[in-house]
Amino acid sequence: MRFVFKTSYEADIRLFKHKPQMAWYMLLLAVVVALPFLLDEFFIGEATNVLIWAIAGMGLMLLTGHTGQASLGHAAFMAAGCYFNVILLERGVPFIISLPLAGLIAGLIGVIITLPVLRLHGVYLAIATLAISILTEDFIVIAEPWTGGVTGLVAPPMIIFGLEIDRYGTPGLFYYVVLFVVLAVLMVYRNLLRTPTGRAFTAVRDSEISAQAMGINITKTKAMSFGFSATIAGLSGALLGHFAGAFNHETFNVILSIQLLLMIVVGGLGSIHGAFFGAMVVALLPQFIAISRDWVTDLTGFNATTIPGIEAGIFGLIVLLFILFEPNGIYGLWFKIRTYFEMFPFYRKNMFKRQKTYLKTERLR
Amino acid sequence: MSLLSLHNVTLKFGGLVAVNNVSFEVGEGEVFSLVGPNGAGKSTIFNLISRFYDPFEGDIKFEGESILGMASDKVPSLGIARTFQNIELFEQATVLQNLLVGRHRHCNTNVISQMLFTPAARRQEEAHRAAVEEVIDFLDLQPYRDKYIAGLPYGVRKVVELARALSTKPRILLLDEPASGLSIEETQDMIFWIEDIKNQMGITVLMVEHDMNLVASVSDHVLALADGKELAMGTPSEVQSHPAVIEAYLGTGEIG
Ligand SMILES: Nc1ncnc2c1ncn2[C@@H]1O[C@H](COP(=O)(O)OP(=O)(O)O)[C@@H](O)[C@H]1O
Ligand SMILES: [Mg+2]
Repeated sequence: MRFVFKTSYEADIRLFKHKPQMAWYMLLLAVVVALPFLLDEFFIGEATNVLIWAIAGMGLMLLTGHTGQASLGHAAFMAAGCYFNVILLERGVPFIISLPLAGLIAGLIGVIITLPVLRLHGVYLAIATLAISILTEDFIVIAEPWTGGVTGLVAPPMIIFGLEIDRYGTPGLFYYVVLFVVLAVLMVYRNLLRTPTGRAFTAVRDSEISAQAMGINITKTKAMSFGFSATIAGLSGALLGHFAGAFNHETFNVILSIQLLLMIVVGGLGSIHGAFFGAMVVALLPQFIAISRDWVTDLTGFNATTIPGIEAGIFGLIVLLFILFEPNGIYGLWFKIRTYFEMFPFYRKNMFKRQKTYLKTERLR
Repeated sequence: MSLLSLHNVTLKFGGLVAVNNVSFEVGEGEVFSLVGPNGAGKSTIFNLISRFYDPFEGDIKFEGESILGMASDKVPSLGIARTFQNIELFEQATVLQNLLVGRHRHCNTNVISQMLFTPAARRQEEAHRAAVEEVIDFLDLQPYRDKYIAGLPYGVRKVVELARALSTKPRILLLDEPASGLSIEETQDMIFWIEDIKNQMGITVLMVEHDMNLVASVSDHVLALADGKELAMGTPSEVQSHPAVIEAYLGTGEIG
């Protein structure tokens, strides 16, 4: 059991609450950095895939988990990042500029497209963003001269300081590029959350009326969150383009948008951890299923490979189970387990019982 | 000159006249209370001052200047802070984080320096915490500092809402039923705090309250309302003994 004594305001502002916590994250970082030396090429690719999903997840988490605005349109911003990155690269812009620029363009598009829908709430906002995602797919097909239409585009290799990096030739380096983006996004995300902008995000999520009474401009705050969110999604889209090698409108279809939202729900809304947990589930589930299929086939002689749509089915089941039994997602589970060990032996069974919330029917009166 | 004043303000919700030609002036440094039965229009007056609604007629002035041209999120920058009758806290955040949101109007770093957490952003964060810590000490919130609102009892939430409003360093504090739902001891604390807020911090208070004991012990002036209209205005004892007020509450025994 550990108590955290605060000696100065510094303690609240620091990124890590205490030394042991910092040690754990440093250990995690060391493992993540060492990964390419520990895994074979196939699994380096899988790890890279997880990280790309995690970037997209962080983008959506900022908007949905921290600002409370549901989006079913994030594939659109990933697409924007992906296409603009390649279009810029084809025009001779170096990768270290095209990547951040593509992210910024995606962010700008995010702000412009969503400004008219910002006044919408809950399910209406979700539907409006869903429409944006659907339209984007059509737009990519129509804008053939730039996007290659249904044929799509091929991402050229990334060249960083003369070094040619691609997924198959240099999987380790590719992984490090993605990891670098993960860490940069993570840093910005954490900084936002400990400063007024991030607090404005969570204030808007929890009570718009009272955020307003504290001097927060709701529209501006939502637009800013959309901007950051779409920028981060754009970065992940650009990396996904390089990871996939070739892509077209179907790479960024509505299913991807939906999958992203379900992913952060499973991971745990409202925590950055959730984006990573969710990414692991989404990115590794197909492999896990493939491996278990062979195993089932070997064990029972029943040819499990013939079951159609099993991936989507199992993912859907996982989402359903979490919403029913652990609405705080994997992070919620993890938090409980961690608290159990930290508090040992003082853990109380009903510690996380949800408290009665007070009625909001008569708001404002 | 009065700090905050309403001039013949009227507001209708459809056919219902929620606030009917109401005028009053809150002087700098005083405690001014609005009393009246449920539905009298008290909270609606707060919402008008917060600029959530536009009045049909009349004007609302702060230091003699009309605030009707102002967006509601600009009102706090004048130094007007408020609490809500049905607690409106940021549920999924800690007490400390809630109070820090109260510091929003004092924020003077831009997003870029915040996302990079530059030395300027760090200094500002430290200053915000120092300011918030004073409020935490004043209202004895230390035990709840890092607790999430979602798990706090009702009485503590009421105090946190007051704390968040105080964190904005307001010139006038609008308290909507600060003692409703509080125990006798908690109400006693609230009386002491309101007196300290007025006398030591020099903050003007405009308050809606049903507890006549509280109203009488802290208020300089009282306005009694019924059905959106003024019944009586004056010192607490004048209002309590006013024939119209007595008539309006005949049979109920007390105001509220
Ligand atoms: N947003 C609203 N829409 C319609 N009617 C409202 C609204 N807010 C308040 N009212 C009505 O206006 C009247 C005054 O309400 P309110 O100011 O909340 O009274 P109280 O004095 O109890 O605070 C009540 O009849 C209430 O039903
Ligand atoms: Mg009321």
